[in-house]
Amino acid sequence: MTPSAVVTGIGVTAPNGLGTKDYWAATLDGTSGIGRLTRFDPSGYPAQLAGEVPGFVAKEHLPSRLLPQTDHMTRLALVTADWALADAGVKPDQLDGYDMSVVTASSAGGFEFGERELQALWSKGSKYVSAYQSFAWFYAVNTGQISIRNGMQGPSAALVSDHAGGLDAIGQARRQIRKGTPLAVTGGVDGSLSSYGWISHLSSGQISTATDPDRAYLPFDASASGYVPGEGGALFVLEDEAAARQRGAEIYGRIAGYASTFDPRPGTGRPPALKRAITLALDDAGVTPGDVDVVFADAVAVPELDRQEADAINEVFGPRGVPVTAPKTMTGRLYAGAAPLDVAAALLAIRDSVLPPTVHSDPYPDYQLDLVTGTRGGPVRTALVVARGHGGFNSAVVVRSAR
Amino acid sequence: MPEKFTIEDLKSILRECAGEDEGVDLDSHILDTEFEELGYESLAIFETTSRIEREYGISLGDDALNEASTPRALLDIVNARLLSVA
Amino acid sequence: MSRREVAITGIGVISPGGIGVPDFWRLLTEGRTATRLVTHFDPAPFRSRIAAEADFDPAAFGLGPQEIRRMDRAAQFGVVTAREAVTGSGLDMSTVDPGRVAVSVGSAIGASVGLEEEYRAASDDGRLDLLDENYAAKHLYNYFVPSSIVAEVAWAVGAEGHAAMISDGCTSGVDAVGYGCDLIREGSADIVIAGGTDAPITPITLACFDAIKATTPRNDDPEHASRPFDASRNGFVLGEGAAMFVLEEVEHARGRGAHIHAIVSGFAGRCNAYHMTGLKADGREMAEAIRVAMAEARVNPEDIDYINAHGSGTKQNDRHETAAFKRSLGDQAYRIPVSSIKSMIGHSLGAIGAIEVAASVLALEHDVLPPTANLHTPDPECDLDYIPVTAREQDTDTVLTVASGFGGFQSAMVLTAPGKDHA
Repeated sequence: MTPSAVVTGIGVTAPNGLGTKDYWAATLDGTSGIGRLTRFDPSGYPAQLAGEVPGFVAKEHLPSRLLPQTDHMTRLALVTADWALADAGVKPDQLDGYDMSVVTASSAGGFEFGERELQALWSKGSKYVSAYQSFAWFYAVNTGQISIRNGMQGPSAALVSDHAGGLDAIGQARRQIRKGTPLAVTGGVDGSLSSYGWISHLSSGQISTATDPDRAYLPFDASASGYVPGEGGALFVLEDEAAARQRGAEIYGRIAGYASTFDPRPGTGRPPALKRAITLALDDAGVTPGDVDVVFADAVAVPELDRQEADAINEVFGPRGVPVTAPKTMTGRLYAGAAPLDVAAALLAIRDSVLPPTVHSDPYPDYQLDLVTGTRGGPVRTALVVARGHGGFNSAVVVRSAR
Repeated sequence: MPEKFTIEDLKSILRECAGEDEGVDLDSHILDTEFEELGYESLAIFETTSRIEREYGISLGDDALNEASTPRALLDIVNARLLSVA
Repeated sequence: MSRREVAITGIGVISPGGIGVPDFWRLLTEGRTATRLVTHFDPAPFRSRIAAEADFDPAAFGLGPQEIRRMDRAAQFGVVTAREAVTGSGLDMSTVDPGRVAVSVGSAIGASVGLEEEYRAASDDGRLDLLDENYAAKHLYNYFVPSSIVAEVAWAVGAEGHAAMISDGCTSGVDAVGYGCDLIREGSADIVIAGGTDAPITPITLACFDAIKATTPRNDDPEHASRPFDASRNGFVLGEGAAMFVLEEVEHARGRGAHIHAIVSGFAGRCNAYHMTGLKADGREMAEAIRVAMAEARVNPEDIDYINAHGSGTKQNDRHETAAFKRSLGDQAYRIPVSSIKSMIGHSLGAIGAIEVAASVLALEHDVLPPTANLHTPDPECDLDYIPVTAREQDTDTVLTVASGFGGFQSAMVLTAPGKDHA
């Protein structure tokens, strides 16, 4: 029988809460972490709002030896992993290194670090480039640093597929568990809120230029005009269910289904592949649309993409056939960290029997979605998380209660 | 340009370029302690020496770095270079 | 039910000194080196000024001006090699369900050529702390997220299954092939376009390897600068390129009468959890990856006919790797011929693992083992049979290829000649 993979630990660093407890309290309360950028002066840019993780002082959590060699998002990731392991009651130094894998997602690596070194190179010269640049910027950095910090030597990887990568990482971690590694740290913590990162975001043409944080990121709203970038994300301890039960671990839920597809090349006239990712993930989980209690939407807030997502959801679940929510309206889109944060929200929704809200959006009736605009009670046993990445990446994960 | 490169100068550059290992007190007698024992591996030393080269306008050369396994050895090399530049 | 096996039915390669599979293989078997002084830009300010560059003209491969502008050099490599692989496989994509075709591309540093160029433009060569978006390319986002390379490959071949980039530093290329094999074995896909691409010969990448003295400063002798396993080696030489494969479920391949180049019979990856760039001398984790890959392939050390080494030519790598071979293969390590093609085509980071898979497959097919160029004075600590200088003819049914990467990644893959698998 294929081993089942369950989540036994959650770590969160989000714009509306540092740590799982703060994030979840803020999320249920509808408290947004979106505000004017403080990491650099955004005055000269058409967009000035972002979701920054508040109150994070790296040296309070990490040894000083790690600070000069890490980007901001890697520091967030290392601490998030620590919290996930502590939450799971796992002490990595007591386990065999080969029994632990690390699979994280990244969108653009340690971008702020890389930008600083590019400036050193071009404004001062090659001798000014840091010895740490060779890995602090690259996409595998969080996987490597988490592996080293925790002595994790099992099959590990970094996956990159823009905003969809976080789910692909979880899918790959589950694959490693099925192949025999008992434990994996997985998910994504991301961020590129630096000047070069910012103009890169802007070049997507999908960034909201609104100045009112409450009106900036409005997915599935008639006034949707793009999204707000953010930083942070979530990491999980994923374990083989039998092993987790044997050690008496508390289980948040099961990664019951995963699938991923790619959209046809533009201009072919073929239909988008999001619906197929959703149905394949449901099939993989062995559930029917009727079993799904809530959908955590990708929610780009670009009208054409919202339309595509609403259509896909409606084709699978029927018009207003399932509650749909986007708590990322309180954090902004966190790139490779976005979908893992939604998976965290889904697991907490299952635990607390509550649906977190989508804030600020006034659902556009044409989309025919049952958008959860206020915190809603109700049993949650099965949740679907959807994520898409620039170019046509579609990924979906089904999270189920393991009770 | 300062005429002598001291252990205090080195410690401050080390802290900035590579941090400080939790089990190590840089303010104790470390002159003859191997960098490795102080928790500094090759990357930390590359980052540190490259900063020294830039700040003091000297070139330490690959061979010198291989030989400088302790703070005292590194101080000696840096100071010898500073003298030859001056 | 027997397990779903993975066949390689198409190969595409862009390598320094060898664009396309025939030229690539000729270079390797003739033992020629493609390392030279950097020509992509003026390398004068750098400590190491050597690289193995690919003389690649995207227009000659049918890429239009818009595609060339939109795609980073690494994406261009990826698309051209994917097309070569599909063409060679004889696969008619219009006859397969595109949803069953996945894409798995390895890259260590993605679209870094474009990223650096746009940085220079938008920052006025670093003069501006706050970059001006009006001076950046419209398609900057394609460089920002390297997954755009995967998208280009998927579009080029018409794939609509799972698509992702595997970025495990310098094991990315072989890891992406291993990942693709998993997709086929578990039934998520019947066909995977898998491989690796990187174009790291840029000022920022030269500078970052200068800073850790990982690349060789042998600037006065570029043709003989990459010297894996030689006592005089003093660092690696950067390369660039790509290799892509058509991976296909064996029965699917047989069903359409496809030529099978090789079977991917085993793959495993481990991490050293030791250091982002450093390697312990004992080779323990790479040895473990080799053991697990051999177990998956159901082969013993006695069955291995050739090892395509990581052999980067740094002091620490070549010792680490030699120790890993001895640890995992025992006495057989002294019998098995080993070589490093990085001696000829340099180290193309996330691409080279896939290019080495290509070399391994060609060695199986042609019963010729590529040599380690420039190996004249073996390091006493590297005391295996590294096939110095000249290619060797030898019946070859089972090949092991390994890779080692920043981040601590250690990977191993076993490739078997069709019909010779030990299942």
